[in-house]
Amino acid sequence: MARLTINGQVRTVEVDPDTPLLWVIREQVGLTGTKFGCGIAQCGACTVHVDGVATRSCVLPVGAVEESQKIVTIEGLSPDSSHPLQKAWLALDVPQCGYCQSGMIMAAAALLEQTPSPTDADISAEITNICRCGTYNRVRAAIKQAAGETQAG
Amino acid sequence: MTAHADIPRSRLSRRAFVVGSAAAVGGFSLGFHVPLGAARAQAAPAAAPEVNAWVVIRPDETVVIRIARSEMGQGTLTGLAQLVAEELGCDWSKVTTEYPSPGANLARNRVWGSYSTGGSRGIRDSHQYVREGGAAARTMLIAAAAQAWGVPPGECRAEKSVISHAPSGRTTTYGKVADAAARMPPPSAVVLKEPKDWTIIGKPLARLDTADKLNGRQVYGADLSFPGMLNAAVKACPVFGGRLVAYDAAKVRSMPGVRHVVRVDDTAVAVVADTWWQAKTALDALPITWDEGPNRALSSADIAALLKAGLDAPEAFVGNRQGDAKAALAGAARVVTADYAVPYQNHATMEPMNATALVTAERCEVWVPTQNGESSLAVAAEASGLPVQRCEIHKLHLGGGFGRRGNFQDYARQSVLIAKQMPGVPVKLLWSREEDMLHGAYHPITQARMTGGLDAQGNLVALHMRISGQSILAAVRPEGMQGGMDPVVFQGLTATNPEGHLGYAVPNLLVDHAMRNPPVPPGFWRGVNLNQNAIYVECFMDELAHAAGVDPLAFRRRLMADRPKHRAVLEAVAARIGWDTKPAEGVHRGLAHIMGFGSYVAAAAEVSVAADGTLTIHRIVAATDPGHVVNPAQVERQVEGSFVYGLSACLYGECTVKDGRMEQENFDTYEVMRMGAMPAVETIILPSGGFWGGVGEPTIAVAAPAVLNAIFAATGKRIRDLPLKHHSLA
Repeated sequence: MARLTINGQVRTVEVDPDTPLLWVIREQVGLTGTKFGCGIAQCGACTVHVDGVATRSCVLPVGAVEESQKIVTIEGLSPDSSHPLQKAWLALDVPQCGYCQSGMIMAAAALLEQTPSPTDADISAEITNICRCGTYNRVRAAIKQAAGETQAG
Repeated sequence: MTAHADIPRSRLSRRAFVVGSAAAVGGFSLGFHVPLGAARAQAAPAAAPEVNAWVVIRPDETVVIRIARSEMGQGTLTGLAQLVAEELGCDWSKVTTEYPSPGANLARNRVWGSYSTGGSRGIRDSHQYVREGGAAARTMLIAAAAQAWGVPPGECRAEKSVISHAPSGRTTTYGKVADAAARMPPPSAVVLKEPKDWTIIGKPLARLDTADKLNGRQVYGADLSFPGMLNAAVKACPVFGGRLVAYDAAKVRSMPGVRHVVRVDDTAVAVVADTWWQAKTALDALPITWDEGPNRALSSADIAALLKAGLDAPEAFVGNRQGDAKAALAGAARVVTADYAVPYQNHATMEPMNATALVTAERCEVWVPTQNGESSLAVAAEASGLPVQRCEIHKLHLGGGFGRRGNFQDYARQSVLIAKQMPGVPVKLLWSREEDMLHGAYHPITQARMTGGLDAQGNLVALHMRISGQSILAAVRPEGMQGGMDPVVFQGLTATNPEGHLGYAVPNLLVDHAMRNPPVPPGFWRGVNLNQNAIYVECFMDELAHAAGVDPLAFRRRLMADRPKHRAVLEAVAARIGWDTKPAEGVHRGLAHIMGFGSYVAAAAEVSVAADGTLTIHRIVAATDPGHVVNPAQVERQVEGSFVYGLSACLYGECTVKDGRMEQENFDTYEVMRMGAMPAVETIILPSGGFWGGVGEPTIAVAAPAVLNAIFAATGKRIRDLPLKHHSLA
């Protein structure tokens, strides 16, 4: 059994402790905005925040996560898509197929928490998620737009 | 206890929503509803009658436009809706969309036409009839208002969902007359707007499908959940052509959550469990015996040797012949020759293959991310053994397609073959990334021998392009072959084909293909054969220009006097990149152009190569002339994205064969482009009008040759076999 704090709610799940957090979030908790892409922490589609740190949940055993640790998924980033990144993403119409975008947004949100005004080099170094549709330049532009809004606000 | 009890069920009842229009238009449903997002579920009111097959208008003025093609990121949902809305004359802000089900299409004599979403055909193959559908609906809406008012329809006009009768000053709205319009006879003919009068087509409107992709609400096939659903993980023989002999189910049957271990077909076994992770864990522990079959020793070296032998084989299919290339080469002042090679690629969609099937003795339903709902329907019928009229497909937006999910419905077939072994239980099959990489429909492998003859003045007088390699059609659509020849191999190289004809007038030209088909399944991969062909032609043109001592742009232009549209895009990128100016210190440029999927495209690249060989692609300028442009913002996005696809293949991508199977099983070995390597992309749209060209694919083809030519300018190194990662640029 595992007790997890996800998007501010404590969840109790019956699960093998070796199960990756990704599959607990998707299959036991039922939050499917966090995606499965590779299973080996290469693509970043499964990115969630664990205590504010962007974490690739497909390789993190649920048994290694404490109840005291705050897990945030894309569904918990904001209640109404009002996070500056979500607003910038909408304004720039960033997604194409959209499958990688939850992970992109979560990685970007963690970046902005750490580095409110990221440089191009910061973005290139920190956002290593894979997008096969090729949204990278718009992802970059949206991160900068959101950073600008956050700084201005 | 079982983990099954933990699967949440409540979200289904909260968000119940009938997918597509199956229920509304005469399809059927077994009662399982798909959660498609709270936002849309809230907007779903009582059913309204359709005005015609393409348009439903609700009393609240919502305009539902039916889209037969599939949205996989390329923006076709928005573009096709713009085409219908333009002729419908509706208020764009009220537009929403839905997929009519493939079963409904069958029942209604294919009223929505083709569902195939590939070959950059979504808009160019259907613009006429979807616009006519919108125009017909407008005509019926106006007729309904005119009848109610007792005035001639010709005195009424419609704009932004408002119908007005100027002589009497009366107005009404689409929502108010839609019910009556549905009972009007459809017009026998409609007149479409002139392009100059378009107000929705040609505008950079926002996509209709963005909001749910920002907060996790968009439900992909991999996300589906139904009451009582089980999850399947599958493993097929990793060796091409191999078979499943046996497996020891007893070893895993007691593992947590495991419900069934089943033979899928001759090649694959599946574990079905309460959760997918349990199914995958048990499958990994399952002892399996394979018959690896006749290809067990096949290697990439074998395949390369097979293709190499085709480079000078006497027999070849001729795709384009002008003059007498062989004689002209024999008499040329100088002959230049070079061999090129391009490896297998995997589509590597971010969402792995998946499908959810529910089979009973009476019905088969499949929820599937598909580029061709009609293909999925046919596969459901075949795999279930039920009449097609008893099958239904529920389409979902795709987490990437790129050609993998159209012709190839192997994953949908597997889902049905598994689910029919547990009737009445919905089963979601999801492939691991490894399964996805090992069982692709690979971008076919080809090589080319390019032989060019220059006269004493450095003019190209003869060109022989010999392609050797795999045919997609021979493997997957033999009915498309022409006397044994695969015309797809000659994309962009033909004399007159409006899909893509060669941009050069070479007086003596021979383009031919020695077909060599290794036992590796090929498929349509975004850009298809245009990708390789553009590398071969455009890199070799660069070689010839340098051999002739002529600027690469000037050399090309000599051959393009009667190719104004090819020339226009090439000259546009050259002008924008500043071809006639000196680049910044250490920066070098390359050019490429081609025609494919009905559009003219070109690219210019700026790169630098550091002393240690590190490549930086700074900037790419792209140009496209697709004739008419439906949504220029979407075109820009597609062009930008196409460079990621093309450059991923150029820089890193290859699937290599060892012991009869692919060596690359995940993104750690099948590298793709990430943010840090992405150049700035500027897109020039040059819509010359009068034709409808494709957008999603053609610019992929010019990405690699433009960059490779720039690398030559930077280093003097000619890279003729890809990917680039195998070459030192130092």
